[in-house]
Amino acid sequence: MFSAMLGEAWHAMGANRLRTFLTMLGMVIGVGAVVLMMAIGQGAEASVKRSINAMGSNLFVVLSGPPNMGGARSATGNAPSLNVRDADAITELDGVLAVAAVTMGKAQIVFGSNNWNTDIIGTTPGYFDVRSWDLSDGYTFSDSDIRSATRVALIGKTVADNIFGEDINPIGKTIRIQQSPFVVLGVLNSKGQTLDGRDQDDTIIVPLTTAQRKLFGNQLPGSVRQIIVQAESDKAMAMVEEGLNGLLNQRHNIREGADSDFSVRNLTAIANSAAETTRTMSLLLGAIASVSLLVGGIGIMNIMLVSVTERTREIGIRMAIGARQRDILLQFLLEAIVISIVGCLIGIGIGVAGAILVSTFTQAEVIISTDSMLIAFSVAASIGVFFGFYPARKAAKLNPIDALRYQ
Amino acid sequence: MQTSVIEVSHLYKDYQTAAGPFPVLKDVNLRIDSGDYVAIMGPSGSGKSTFMNILGCLDKPSKGQYVLDGHPVANMEDNAVAGVRNKTIGFVFQGFNLLSRSSLLDNVALPLVYSGIDKVERHQRAKVLLEKVGLGKHIHSRPNQISGGQQQRVAIARALVNNPRLILADEPTGNLDSVTSEEIMALFGDLNQEGITIVLVTHETDIAEHAKRQVRFLDGKIVQDTASGAANSSDIQETHHV
Repeated sequence: MFSAMLGEAWHAMGANRLRTFLTMLGMVIGVGAVVLMMAIGQGAEASVKRSINAMGSNLFVVLSGPPNMGGARSATGNAPSLNVRDADAITELDGVLAVAAVTMGKAQIVFGSNNWNTDIIGTTPGYFDVRSWDLSDGYTFSDSDIRSATRVALIGKTVADNIFGEDINPIGKTIRIQQSPFVVLGVLNSKGQTLDGRDQDDTIIVPLTTAQRKLFGNQLPGSVRQIIVQAESDKAMAMVEEGLNGLLNQRHNIREGADSDFSVRNLTAIANSAAETTRTMSLLLGAIASVSLLVGGIGIMNIMLVSVTERTREIGIRMAIGARQRDILLQFLLEAIVISIVGCLIGIGIGVAGAILVSTFTQAEVIISTDSMLIAFSVAASIGVFFGFYPARKAAKLNPIDALRYQ
Repeated sequence: MQTSVIEVSHLYKDYQTAAGPFPVLKDVNLRIDSGDYVAIMGPSGSGKSTFMNILGCLDKPSKGQYVLDGHPVANMEDNAVAGVRNKTIGFVFQGFNLLSRSSLLDNVALPLVYSGIDKVERHQRAKVLLEKVGLGKHIHSRPNQISGGQQQRVAIARALVNNPRLILADEPTGNLDSVTSEEIMALFGDLNQEGITIVLVTHETDIAEHAKRQVRFLDGKIVQDTASGAANSSDIQETHHV
């Protein structure tokens, strides 16, 4: 009986192909939009998440400054108020997993006839842990390189591409950074762009002491621009932040209530707010797409109402030969559901195709998840039931005599 | 003693109009026995169509009793009435009322869909009946591909497919020419010979003469019944069947 009705629903759809197609189109566009928007939204979320992971998790950055010269305050990070001994002390704090002292600057580098201007980061080996940054080739420098301030360097992917090109293996080659020769120990994994679009691979990492003594010089021996601190866990973040402030205030002899000569920034909080933003955006996209699904559903209801009126006589005949109200209800309900489900399947196809097109033409990341398809499918089926029910009930409630007389 | 297929007693039907209830049937009494062949006649507005609708369980009386095949149907709930229409009654209409999108086979098999019979048996039974009414070669045609007389044969086959006790035919020859009408009436005659009770509504006297018994309506009342002067006198009907 059910299969017979399904067959009839299929027939009824075939009887007026253009109309069925147009009705379905509402559903196709709605589902297509939902699938596409979810693919784009999830893609954006994933790429933000990856940026956050690339940055490292549970991070604080302690910046020196702002310096206060006669009441005029300049940018943070400029005053040499932090030093390596601060970094060593931070290591002892509860809840701290790893610490890296960082100093940085820009420099011109030369290899053979190529030259390039890039960021130089001087740091300690802990840096690779806190940034969860691995090498694609070679090996990193060690604590002994820090102690003896050796001229070794790890280069980022962008730097490697620009001064070595594809044919030369950079490992073991000597490059010049501000005229001093440095041996390339390794090449860093590609980390891509930061959330604000800076290329993280356009960088060179050298031992902290080497940068301080041989590249940038120092106003005060051992001073660093920033200290990156990684907490053990998300939960330890608050404790570590408090510990950092207390420790550094004490070490720098800051009286209670006075301005600190450093600032502690929670990078994870910043990144999380970026993730929150993309999540909100993808939710918004989904909501807009759902509106078109709703419009598609109303289209189905509209056409089903027309169809019930047109086929009043048929309904009368069916009732006269023994159809119960629920048979008629089921028949029209099935028709609405078949229209929405077929429309939904086509919509999924179009949405997926659209997502693939978007990703090929804009390089934006898209994620086509089965979840989004399942959601679209079940929403479409529910829309078929919801918007098909009223017309179907109207058909089922017809009086058989009136229906038979209907011209 | 014959068993009755239809037993109607003190049947009233009012239509609600703006001016108040308008009586269409006034105290109608009628008994139709198994195997009978009755023509219901009368001018337009005499109430014969309303009476036919009530007999066919498409409409409900305002007052009175209607016993169909031993079951009081006047106050049955909707689903049960649908079952009665499906199994006990076979309808034949003036306008044929076939589904234009479906093949003749599917048209004839349609009542069986609502009886919950599987597809193989549905098609088997429909095919047998289409052969019986002389359309065995057209089972996959659509109604608009065959003539009016053939369409009415299909409608009769559909009416027969669930082995009903009773065939109700509402002006079955109204849309047909006289030669085709005769063919259809011959078919009804054959079916009656097989024992099926037939009730036929018509306003044409020559069509009504094919029936064994004529009942005439006027102003909502039975004014003439060839079986008897009274509404239910079975001994006279006994003689009628000989």
